[in-house]
Amino acid sequence: MRELLLRLWDSRIAVAAVILFAVGFVTLLLHRNLLKKIIGLNIMDTAAYLLLTSLGYIENRLSPIIRSGETDPALYVNPLPAGLVLTGIVVSVSVTAVMLALTVRLYQRYHSLNLDEIYAMAQKEHGV
Amino acid sequence: MKKTGFLERFRAWDEDRFDLTERTTGDLNRPMRPAPTDRTVSDEPVQRLAAGEMRAFSRIYPILAAILGVVLIAFLLMTVYDLPPFGAANVPADNEVPARYVRDGMAETGAVNVVAGVILDYRAFDTLGESHVLYTALTAVLILLLSLRDAEPEPDPEDVLMRRDGILTTTAALLVPIIVLFGIYVLLNGHLGPGGGFSGGAIIGAGLILYAIAFGFTRLERMLNLKSFRIICLVALCFYSVSKCYSFFCGANGLHTIFSPGTPGRILSAGLILPLNIAVGVVVACTMYGLYSIFQRGRI
Amino acid sequence: MDYFELLLLGLLVVCGISTCLTRNLLASLIIFMAYSTIMSVLWALLKAPDLAVTEAAVGAGISSILLFITLKKLRDIRRKANDEKDRLS
Repeated sequence: MRELLLRLWDSRIAVAAVILFAVGFVTLLLHRNLLKKIIGLNIMDTAAYLLLTSLGYIENRLSPIIRSGETDPALYVNPLPAGLVLTGIVVSVSVTAVMLALTVRLYQRYHSLNLDEIYAMAQKEHGV
Repeated sequence: MKKTGFLERFRAWDEDRFDLTERTTGDLNRPMRPAPTDRTVSDEPVQRLAAGEMRAFSRIYPILAAILGVVLIAFLLMTVYDLPPFGAANVPADNEVPARYVRDGMAETGAVNVVAGVILDYRAFDTLGESHVLYTALTAVLILLLSLRDAEPEPDPEDVLMRRDGILTTTAALLVPIIVLFGIYVLLNGHLGPGGGFSGGAIIGAGLILYAIAFGFTRLERMLNLKSFRIICLVALCFYSVSKCYSFFCGANGLHTIFSPGTPGRILSAGLILPLNIAVGVVVACTMYGLYSIFQRGRI
Repeated sequence: MDYFELLLLGLLVVCGISTCLTRNLLASLIIFMAYSTIMSVLWALLKAPDLAVTEAAVGAGISSILLFITLKKLRDIRRKANDEKDRLS
């Protein structure tokens, strides 16, 4: 038990990312408010990015900007996760924008943000 | 509003309807306006749901959510246990690929910032797709919200001028030039330091949005209407595509004699990275401002 | 840096959870903005300054602006619907 806790303490950023991912996931799945669902998805996104970035971090190294002209790879942290996550951040903001537009349209039609109400009204509307 | 305990609040979490002014919590039988269609929608099924199923679900949901979250955390923590420790050297992710990027990146791309070299030279196709994702998202939002346009009359510019808040306009007048200047700095120094097309473009877009909030759209419209917007995005994306697709035709060699890496550390160096940063930044700035404009008034 | 990092991680988790539990949507959005800002500082500590700049501009800036604008838009739609209902009745 002690060993397990120490091991988890060593990778505390990953633990925080896991907790945030679970929080976002639960919000996305079980919350009924559409805007809350979007925020949950955003939290999930950032948690995954946090985990990726923490995997690239190496203690006592510099950020990968070669100021001094030294190109020894043992001096710098891993630049690859940063590049991947940079792509992800911008894609997640695009996804957020599209989801918000869909939410506005749904609200305009059904005057509700509650997914259950929207679902019930849509069912009624299509005679299912 | 009466004070509620944490557990009570957790249990009643489905009741948070959208509202900023008046609270309608617990008002499940609120009369609902039929949607403006030929088929009118009654709120009868909603009431049925509200009466029975919704109440039952609202009790089960938080418990289910808590259980699901705990199980998910447990499973993911089992994976974390097998991850290499945080901050250690010699982890599997730190293999020969990033080592090569760091060792030869500056000589090959001319970029002092290795991340910029990676995303705009080695993996530039990735970034090309990303710019297109951004533009596609903007187009989708435009399609979805364009029908809201004629729903609201444009507010009278004089009216907007009258309603202006003094603190907002003064602060905006002071801050907007600084924000845009900082955005341009971040954009142009993408290969020399942290920043680049995406962050610089987003900062410029935020400056434009602040200007639009404080002074209205009328003045910005002279510069940024749908036509100029389309031309800017088209030219930037086409430039990006052409400058990255030519390597298809010259056998993946690149044209290093024409777009030479130059002297690393100079502002005019790093071959195509600076123009590509500018193209990406312009697209991002236009997209951010365009998204705000569409959401705010239904058109660009 | 160790204590600062721990403080930031704790604040991050607290912000994430309270964003999902807050009932008022406006308050929830403001907490989400704080969450993004904390995340950007954390990325600066993790030696990824590119990510920090981008997250501060995109996550805390543009995303939050879009969410706020959506709230305003929804309120406008609701107000207009109410006005119309009043006029009809």
